[in-house]
Amino acid sequence: MRKVADKIKETAGSVRTKIQQKKKPTLLFPLRSLSNVKYRPAVGFLELKGRKKMRTLTVATVKTFAQTLRMMSQAKTLVEDDEIMTKREAYYVSKNWDDARFDEQPESDTVIDDIEAMFEVNREQLGFIPEEKGGEVAGKLIVIDRDPNTGKKLEIDCTKFGSGAYSIPISVEHLKFETEAKFVLAIETAGMFQRLVKHGYWRQANCILVSMGGVPTRACRRFIRRLADELKLPVYAFVDCDPYGMFNIYRTLKVGSGNAAHINRYFCAPNAKFLGVTPQDIIDYKLPTHPLKDVDIKRATDALKNDPFVQHFKPWQDAIKQLLEMKVRAEQQAFAVHDLNYVINHYLPEKLASPKKFLP
Amino acid sequence: MGKASNKPAKSKVRAAGKAVENRSRTSKKAKSTAKNATKKSPKKTAKKHVKKAAKRIAKKPRRLYKETKPKAKMAIEEAPMEEHRGLTAEDMALQQRDISVAEFFIKNRHLLGFDNPRKALLTTIKEGVDNSLDACEDGGILPDVSVVIAPGKDENRFVVTIEDNGPGILKDQIPRIFAKLLYGSKFHRLKMSRGQQGIGISAAGMYGQLTTGKPTAITSKTSRTKPAHHYKLEIDAKKNEPRIIADEVVEWNAERGTKVEIELEAKYQKGRQSVEAYLEQTAIANPHVSLYFATPEGEKKVYKRASSQLPVQTREIKPHPYGVELGALIKMLHDTKARTLQSFLHSDFSRVSMRIAKEICDKAKIYERARPTRIARQEADNLHKAINQTKIMSPPTDCLSPIGDEELLAGLKKQIKADFYTAVTRAPSVYRGNPFQIEAALAYGGTIASEGLAQVLRYANRVPLLYQQAACAVTRSVLATGWRNYALQQSAGALPAGPLVILVHMASVWVPFTSESKEAIAHYPEIIKEVKLALQECGRKLAQFIRRRRKTAETEKKKAFIQKYIPHIAIALREMLGLSEHQEKVVVRQLTDVLERSHS
Repeated sequence: MRKVADKIKETAGSVRTKIQQKKKPTLLFPLRSLSNVKYRPAVGFLELKGRKKMRTLTVATVKTFAQTLRMMSQAKTLVEDDEIMTKREAYYVSKNWDDARFDEQPESDTVIDDIEAMFEVNREQLGFIPEEKGGEVAGKLIVIDRDPNTGKKLEIDCTKFGSGAYSIPISVEHLKFETEAKFVLAIETAGMFQRLVKHGYWRQANCILVSMGGVPTRACRRFIRRLADELKLPVYAFVDCDPYGMFNIYRTLKVGSGNAAHINRYFCAPNAKFLGVTPQDIIDYKLPTHPLKDVDIKRATDALKNDPFVQHFKPWQDAIKQLLEMKVRAEQQAFAVHDLNYVINHYLPEKLASPKKFLP
Repeated sequence: MGKASNKPAKSKVRAAGKAVENRSRTSKKAKSTAKNATKKSPKKTAKKHVKKAAKRIAKKPRRLYKETKPKAKMAIEEAPMEEHRGLTAEDMALQQRDISVAEFFIKNRHLLGFDNPRKALLTTIKEGVDNSLDACEDGGILPDVSVVIAPGKDENRFVVTIEDNGPGILKDQIPRIFAKLLYGSKFHRLKMSRGQQGIGISAAGMYGQLTTGKPTAITSKTSRTKPAHHYKLEIDAKKNEPRIIADEVVEWNAERGTKVEIELEAKYQKGRQSVEAYLEQTAIANPHVSLYFATPEGEKKVYKRASSQLPVQTREIKPHPYGVELGALIKMLHDTKARTLQSFLHSDFSRVSMRIAKEICDKAKIYERARPTRIARQEADNLHKAINQTKIMSPPTDCLSPIGDEELLAGLKKQIKADFYTAVTRAPSVYRGNPFQIEAALAYGGTIASEGLAQVLRYANRVPLLYQQAACAVTRSVLATGWRNYALQQSAGALPAGPLVILVHMASVWVPFTSESKEAIAHYPEIIKEVKLALQECGRKLAQFIRRRRKTAETEKKKAFIQKYIPHIAIALREMLGLSEHQEKVVVRQLTDVLERSHS
């Protein structure tokens, strides 16, 4: 942690030196967009290509420049004091900065993201924590945590939440795990998760169930990654059959996001596989469908054209083309058309019988 | 109009005229007493018959006669007529009558600017004030003009009084000046003046007479020692001659001057085309004039004199050969006192020397000692062509008296509070043989409304033009100027936007108006080009001002911006690097220095 504080101090020092030399100070940021990432199969996640943008202090940028430096100073204090601050709190703290204050939270969020990228760390390492919920876990897993007050070791058995579930904390680095499960099943919707928990599917399939609730948060991705790394478990994703499920939820889980590519190495599960629902499943299981919306079509064609992950995997290109030809999408809860527990009794066992057929 | 050209027909018409005289007199009486008289109402009964007759005529298109004016139709009634027979040549001859100018303009009063009550008020005042200013300037007197609009008996009646301190008018002249159309000193001369035709003030009087039945009252005095004459006049519309209602000598305190009083049906309104706007704009282009104005609501306004410099007296010039049309040339050949063609050309035109006159005669293959009257009949066409083929010097320009940049600026500054003024007086130029000169001025910023489009003030011989902006050559030029080059916004085909007043003045011995009401200048390419050049010259100066001001504003903003945020950079650096307060101040100083030197 001290390393981060030193990095901040170093950058601040370089700014001051420039000023003393009567030159315009500059800050260097990696460019945060999908055009500046590439997929590296060897490591299995989206990585920055290294294009950077330079922010020079001019009349036009003086406000953002001042805000960035003040936020850096804030981060340094947080790290040194081992304190945390939500992004919302950071926004309120800035209200003390007179003219340099932020008017809306998105402005301060952007500055925080910039700083995070500049030092190539995640914001939690800078002391900034998100508001978002991390996701839920049920199944054959024992999480070893510490009591925040006493520091005493706590063993949390995820089989003992009944019809409830264990909530993934915002920071998961200090957790340790024990398990006998064979795989991790990451599920898009809380509804499907509830069904599987209710019928004790984890017991039947000997697995750990994780509810992502849409696009997985950083904490959720990091949690799944650590399960995969430390327990050597395969990760299977079970999401809707539409471009959003495929390229926003699954792609982010597996290789990370384009926007925060500097931290993808920690926040993704490269060994994840796509269990379903695949376009072929729609045909095989005669699922009821909805027509693709315009945004779906746009997202799909965009992925074909720009997404380095899709461009690397031929099977994915085929799947998208098949979906575009079918012009329909299907939700994971569509199996209810056959029987409420059709998923548990037929679909999942049948798919899990041959994991090699999963999409990469 | 009237087609009576062969003599026998004419005399018959006269006889017919006598036959209907009785009737026409009664109708005239009705006309002058009717309160809400429009020009048609007194003849209602006659009109019904006329309508029938007209219909009958219309059914037989081959016989349809061009002349369908009611006056002429009165004769139809008298003429014997059978059901299925058309008019005979004799019948038609009976219809032929002289038309007086006055009658013509009663029917076509919109041509003179009396289309509606609101405009009638403005036109009346405009004609009166224009005459007063012309008279004062001709007499070398700094004009003091007072305009009073007093409410009349009815809501829609007003008494307009215009009084000046001019040289006054000789007693004998008064009736014809004020109660005869097309009588004046300005039509036949080529000299720059506000009035041109000799219609204006008498038309105003006639309009008053027509709408209220009241005569025009004139009081005039030519010097302290002489008595003031007071007249009450009406126009005999049929003869276009004055009818004197009262003629007396009165006491008048003024040293000299003329006072005109007209009661008329009108509407008093404020706004863009109001009397007030006219007076204000007059004050701008005539800084040597002092104006007093009293509204019917009792408000009093004074437009003070901003310069005691009278406009330079202009010289009258002879017509330039290039501007003469064939018909006019023939008329001049008929009327000249010169004995030979060569001396005619030399003496009746400007810029024609004896040598040039000879050259023209040679080109036209006409003997230079020929008699002008003979040429008029036979060879005028060749002569006209020869004139236009000969190179003749441009007309003299000392007949023009521009307002001048300094006076223009003084006038503008007096009436409009702006941040920037500029004015340009172009060198004189020529259209159709008539010398003219264009002046332009701009006022920008200050209290001028910054929303909406620029305001265009148009002047012809120092008279503001308030109507028909879209039809005017000046507007065409303003639209054709690329104001975006001068740091202003302008949508395609529109006036420029912003807090801007554009003033354009055309001075000429003959301003080519599009109609007798003198509202818009005709689209001569030479005029449009000169106006554009003047505007461009002003525009360049305006652009300089606007850009400089923008730059200053930007620098100011930059400074404020820098001062706002630099301390925060210093605070952040102090916190992160553990600087002392002194070191923090040094950072502020150094960084301010760096940024103020930079251009972005």
